[in-house]
Parts: sequence; structure tokens; C-alpha cells
Amino acid sequence: MTRIELPSYLEQSDEVKERFDEIKQREVILEVKDLYKYFTTAKGEITALKNINFKVHRREFVCVIGASGCGKSTLIRILSGLESASTGQMLLDGEPVSGPGPDRGMVFQGYTLFPWLTVKKNVMFGLRSQGMSEANAEGEALQWIDLVGLEKFAESYPDQLSGGMKQRVAIARALANKPRILLMDEPYGALDAQTRSRMQSYLLQIWHNIDITVLFITHDLDEAIYLADRILVLKAHPGEVQEVIEVPVPRPRDPEQFMSPEFLATRKRIDELIHPPSDEDEDDKLNMIRLTRVGDEVEP
Amino acid sequence: MSSSPWFAPRVALSTKRTRVLTIVSFLLPLLIWSAVSYVPFLWHPKVVVIDPGDVSYFKVDMLVDREVFKKESSKVEEAEKTLPTGKRANPIYLPAPHEVAKAFVTSFTTEPQRRSEQWLHESLWHSITIIFWGFILSSLVGVPIGVLCGTYAAVSRIHEPFIEFFRYLPAPAFGALAVAILGIYDGPKIAIIFIGTFFQQVLIVSNTTRKLDISLLEAALTLGAKRMQLLFKVVIPGILPDLFRDLRILLGWAWTYLIVAELIGTSSGITWFITQQARYKNFDNVFAAIMMIGIIGLLSDIILAKLGKCIFPWERSANKA
Repeated sequence: MTRIELPSYLEQSDEVKERFDEIKQREVILEVKDLYKYFTTAKGEITALKNINFKVHRREFVCVIGASGCGKSTLIRILSGLESASTGQMLLDGEPVSGPGPDRGMVFQGYTLFPWLTVKKNVMFGLRSQGMSEANAEGEALQWIDLVGLEKFAESYPDQLSGGMKQRVAIARALANKPRILLMDEPYGALDAQTRSRMQSYLLQIWHNIDITVLFITHDLDEAIYLADRILVLKAHPGEVQEVIEVPVPRPRDPEQFMSPEFLATRKRIDELIHPPSDEDEDDKLNMIRLTRVGDEVEP
Repeated sequence: MSSSPWFAPRVALSTKRTRVLTIVSFLLPLLIWSAVSYVPFLWHPKVVVIDPGDVSYFKVDMLVDREVFKKESSKVEEAEKTLPTGKRANPIYLPAPHEVAKAFVTSFTTEPQRRSEQWLHESLWHSITIIFWGFILSSLVGVPIGVLCGTYAAVSRIHEPFIEFFRYLPAPAFGALAVAILGIYDGPKIAIIFIGTFFQQVLIVSNTTRKLDISLLEAALTLGAKRMQLLFKVVIPGILPDLFRDLRILLGWAWTYLIVAELIGTSSGITWFITQQARYKNFDNVFAAIMMIGIIGLLSDIILAKLGKCIFPWERSANKA
């Protein structure tokens, strides 16, 4: 087998470099400073997150990736305000925030649409909670439903929708509040591969069209590289930022880029970070007697 | 279709089979009852006298034990007098299906024996109002407390331990106390239904409330919902269909307290009718009245189930999927 020589993931074309320089000029929407999270369990104290520091700029798409148990879900729950950090700070537009609020929209992995409300009423929920009038909220909600392409389903109940459609409604519902940042916690984890890739391009289109900053959690390398400007790679036990990778794949993104050298180089790097080669090669070999010889003649 | 097995764990039956089995479930007891009633050699431990012959104390239509009839017959035979005739019959407390069916109509059309007494439909209506008020009063207090217990741990801690204790106390045990406090008419009866329903209701409703998916509350929080909105816009609508189902089950339980409740103080309602008819040995009427309770219970449950489908449209769509 011939190995393709890959460029370094650190190599950026002029176009990409320029884009990153420009992003860094933009205002900081979310800043996390020296964040720690400890859990007390029966076995003692566990450090779930250790010394997390990062900034997300306006209209930047940041993915957080890591093996399961690295604390990425804890991180996003802290950012959304559903859990609190043990120490450290979280600044939104430079102001410290705590507790959940409509300024940080959240899309969960499970389906969290309200089953008793129609699609339209689900999207109206946040607006109504903030005291917007029924008529205004309805008008706004319909615009957001249009944006995610579900205008035909405005009067449907969530149980009548497919998994992908439910997550589109969930995105519309979060965006309707005009949050400063959209937090997405493995939103496509429960979807099949095909729906998933369609949902990824939907999300890129939405993000392209409106002024929204996204922080997206995933454990899928391709998803992270396809979507993100920058990727925070977390290490488990304790959850720490190993590296922040600037994705060298130019925009607009296209599924065809999955085979491009810069995509593969980035993928290889993240794979090395998340799955260090040492511990796995040994574990993967099964110590087992061969029970068949069928087909051995043609397979050397 | 025909090849699919009747007994496969947790596999739904076809509509046709479901329908057939539903009918069979009612036909089977009726069949057994009919067999025992109409096939003489199956049971029939008594003999009904047709012609007393020369047995001095026999009378026409009198029911005697088969042994007694045989003994008296042989005595008469020895004395060479006229033999009594009779045919095998069931005891009076087991009327045949057709007699009960007839009683269904006649018990409504028969005038009360005394003027102070009530027609059957009046008795039934009285029972229904007792159930209604007992259940409504219990729900008015029990459902809100249950929902609050299921939503807020503090409310739960202050109510549930005591209720957990109290629900083991049999409701009829409070009968005498209820009469002392509320008099002898409807008050204590409603109180028994209330006591029998309320404590279970709080625990069941709080449990149902706790089963609400917590991620719905989290989603509402990230959308900016505040305290009261969480309760009124998420918790309550979220549990409504299950709450409705709970109430249907609890209403069934309330009926089981009815007979005891109606015996407290002055006997009233359908219970009064049953005890009265049993005293007159009109067991066909007794059976008819007991079945009426069952029919009213079943009908009200079916109506409520249909109503539930109308008022919770999202549940209907979920069932279809």
C-alpha cells in the first residue's frame, strides 16, 4: 500500500490565513477563564474539567471534540448555565454570566421539543417566556420555521416529525431568542449517517445566513472538521484542552473536501490526540485460535 | 396473518383477534354461569317442589335440599302415600342469567315498597353524586398537592412521609368518626370516598410528575423560562395526559369504596337497594344492581378514555407513530 504524503495540518493557504486573521479582529462573544469543575463521588473528588481557557469570536464556528468522558458535555452544560463551574469565569460580551438564560441558545442531543406544543408554539416558547405578545411571537416564529425549511409542518406536533426535522425545530427554537451564541451538545448524535450529513450542511447554511456564533460539541472527527473554524481538542481525566486546531480547510465547505489533503491532515492530527497509539494497538489484537481456512488460497 | 402466533411475548394482536378476545372475556363467565344455571346435573343442590304430595310441610315452589327431598320421599313411599314431585334447582342466591336480565328492567319499573323509599334510578343517581363529590373534592386538593410534591423536593418532603403513613389506614376505619363530625347523611359518605382516594392520589400524581423528562425543564430554562413559567408552561402541560390516566384509574378505586361509604350512617344509594333486595331474597335484583355498578364504571371509563384522545391531540399522533 502506498501512503499519500500529507501536508502539515498547520499549513494554511493565504486565503485561510487571512480569514483567521480577520476572525481574530472581531469582538469576543464568549470567553472562558481558568474554569475548573470538580465532582464529589463516593470514591472521592474527580476533576472533570481542568484549567479551561478559550475565546470565541463573533460569527466563529468552534467545535469541541474529545473521547467520551472527557467532560465536553459538562463544559457545555456549564456554558449554558445548567450547571455551575467550581471555579473560574465565563464572560459573555465581556460580562460575567451565571445561570441559564435566553442569551445562550442550547440544542440538546436528545429531543427536547415540548410534545404538547405544535412546531410553531415550540418556536414561540422562548419569545412568549420573555413577554412578547402572541401575535408578534407568532410572526417571528414563522420566519424562523421558514428559515429551517419546515413551513409545511408549523402546525404539526413533534411526534409527527423525523429526528432530523425535530433537531431543525430545536435550532429554530433556540435561534428565535436571538441568542449571542448557539450551544449545541452533540445535536446529531442520535441521527443516522445520511440525515446527519444533511443536517450538517443545513447548519452551515443557517450559520452562513445569520449573525450567529456557534459552539458545537461532537465526538465525530469528520463532523468537527467539516463544520468548524477552530477545534478545541479535549483530553480525558481530567478534561483539559490539549490543542486548539485552526482548521486549514477553506470555506465554503463541501462534502467533497473530506478527501482533500488538508482535511485528512487535520483528521490525522486529531485522531492522534484523541486516540494515542500506545494503549490501543495492544488491546485491539484478539488472542484467538483461527477456526477457518476458507478463502485463504486467494488471501495471502 | 393466520400464521402469526397467539402467544408471542409483548407482540400486539391483530384488531380482529383483539375484538374476538374482548368478546370472549365477557362471554366466558356468562357461559359458565349459564351452564351452572341451565344444566341440571352440573350443580343444582336443591329441589323445587312442584307437587307436595303427602309430605306435610312441603309447599308448591318450596326449595328443599336434595337429601331432605329424598328422605321425605322414601318416608312417604314406606307409608304408601302420594309421592311429592319436584325438579332440581339452584339455591336462591344464584339466579339464572335470564332472571337477572329480566330484573334489569323490572328493578327500574318496580315501584318502591314504601313511599319513603326510592326508585332504583334515584338510588343509582344518589350513588353517582356521592362518588362525584368525593372524587372531585379529593382531586381539587390532591392533584395540586401531588403536582407540587413532584415538582419541588421541599414540598414533597413535608407532605409525603405523613401521607405514606396515612394511606395504610383503611378508609372505613374513619366511618364512626366521620358520622360524629359530619352527621348521618351524605357528609360522612363523601368523606370516606375522599379519604380512600386522596392519599393515594397525592402519591400517584407526585410520582407521575416526577417522571416528566427533566431535559424538557432544562430546555425551557435555556429558553429563558422563569420559576412560575416552568411550573405552568412545562410541568403541568407535560404531565396532563398521564395525570388524566391516573385520575381514570383513581376514579375506579373510588367506586370500590362506595359500598362501605354508603353503609355508614343511614344506608343509601345503590347499597341500600342491594341490602334491601337481599333482605327480600330478590337475588336477581341484587345481581342486576351489582352489574349496574360495573357497567356504569366501565362506561364512564370508556367515555373518559375517548375524551382524553380529544383533549390531548399530541398523544393521539404519538400512538399512531
